[in-house]
Amino acid sequence: MNPPGSLQFCARLLRRQLVLAVRRPIEIGNPLLFFAMVVALFPLGLGPAPDQLAGFAPGILWIIALLSNLLTSDAVFRSDFEDGSLEQLLLAPQPLFISVLAYIGAHWLITGLLLALVSPVFALMLNLPGSAVGTLVLTLLLGTGVLSLVGCIGAALTVGLKRGGMLISLLILPLYMPVLIFGSAAVKAAVTGVPAGPYLAILGAMLCLAIALAPLAIAAGLRISIDA
Amino acid sequence: MYFDSFNALLTMDGHGAFVWSAYLITTLVIAAILVAPGRRRKKFLRQLAGELKRSRGGPNSSKEEA
Amino acid sequence: MWSFFHKLGSPPWLYSISGVILRWLLPITLVALAVGLAWSLLFTAPDFRQGNSYRIIYIHVPAAVVALAGYYVMAIAGAINLIWKMKMADVAMRSAASVGAALTFIALITGAIWGKPTWGTWWVWDARITSMLILLFLYLGVIALYEAFDNKEAAGKACAVLCLVGMVNIPIIYKSVDWWYSLHQPASIKFTGDSTIDTSMLYPLLLMIVSFYALFTCCLLMNMRAELLQRGARTSWVKKLALAGKSV
Repeated sequence: MNPPGSLQFCARLLRRQLVLAVRRPIEIGNPLLFFAMVVALFPLGLGPAPDQLAGFAPGILWIIALLSNLLTSDAVFRSDFEDGSLEQLLLAPQPLFISVLAYIGAHWLITGLLLALVSPVFALMLNLPGSAVGTLVLTLLLGTGVLSLVGCIGAALTVGLKRGGMLISLLILPLYMPVLIFGSAAVKAAVTGVPAGPYLAILGAMLCLAIALAPLAIAAGLRISIDA
Repeated sequence: MYFDSFNALLTMDGHGAFVWSAYLITTLVIAAILVAPGRRRKKFLRQLAGELKRSRGGPNSSKEEA
Repeated sequence: MWSFFHKLGSPPWLYSISGVILRWLLPITLVALAVGLAWSLLFTAPDFRQGNSYRIIYIHVPAAVVALAGYYVMAIAGAINLIWKMKMADVAMRSAASVGAALTFIALITGAIWGKPTWGTWWVWDARITSMLILLFLYLGVIALYEAFDNKEAAGKACAVLCLVGMVNIPIIYKSVDWWYSLHQPASIKFTGDSTIDTSMLYPLLLMIVSFYALFTCCLLMNMRAELLQRGARTSWVKKLALAGKSV
């Protein structure tokens, strides 16, 4: 029996991850619920004045997206690590770089993509002007891709640790910051009518860099965690 | 010297508190990072010497690893 | 030449040679620091606009420069351990993390203190201070990751990966924060004054930068010595040293 090619293997892994995730819909719903509840926290903390909220809305939406992504990153490799499937993956002939993309892709489809699609509702609640909502969705689509990639680096490095917990946040939040800066700047630009193209281009460039380099770090991290 | 008197050196036209606190904190941190590793090393050697002397003559005292 | 690298991998050799280096490097560093601090405090002119608080530049800039360089030292040491499995490089990486974090802390505190008389607030989210804060987070992340692992060999490799990821990110982070700051602050207040710096200010600054580099090297070597001993607690050369009594 011929072993499947790398891309075929990756596609199967991706499908497996998605099927596993769909079997536990609450785990898909959790980050979205978190997003919704934290959106409610900001008016409670800052006051309901519509202009104020609208002014901060780009930043608020982006920060909550970042935090939701952070919460789900920890679990990407954990269950497979615990039952030994990850070790099998490392022994498989298919290159780890490609296989890891399946995990990242599944994570993005379940968290980032859904977040981006649902964000217009919350943008409305925070009085973000309608003209900027399209840009918001675009920045979230690109940005959460980077966040998933970088988040999985942290997950790979900490998957073997018993008391991981907050550690992954310490590791990847600094790496999230450039994405936040350009993501919220793009939305703010759209609010003021300035073209957001350049910012989206930079986000796209970050995504390209992350796709090229992050899987290397993730593969290395997985090998180190399993050897430990 | 850009300062006429010791008092002028201390107050630095009102900026004295800032300059002196910055310089003092820096000196303290530099002293800490210079002194700490040496103390850690000496403490370790002292403790190890004590352990070795206590276990001298026991069954494992002649085992050595390169 | 290879025998040099082979020797470099030997803990007792590194321990003795670092002792020899420190014997002359440490006094030189202390003298240079003392001269630099005295020069900047007493013998340099106050700035025209900022007055005497400008003197803080003589500690803030050197600390920031060496803190950033220290991250690269740490990352390169980690990479050497990852690629060639040299344990000495792992020791160097762990030592560099502590020293670098301390220097970043100095840079942050002096930056904040400088901000108060200059701009009126204790903390200003300007490009350089924010980048320094993120650098501190990166350092603390490496230290936290190292301490979280029970298996120290895996800890060293994981931190090496993290340092390399951070190393790639530092220019991105710095440029992003720089750009972000210019977006939000139309008035361009440069932290270090004019780009053309007077020679009477340049020389003490250069001396302080060199002394801070020397300080980093001294602290790195001293931390490495302590770490080497602790890791080699069961080896004969360490036991011999302990029993010899004198802790040189």
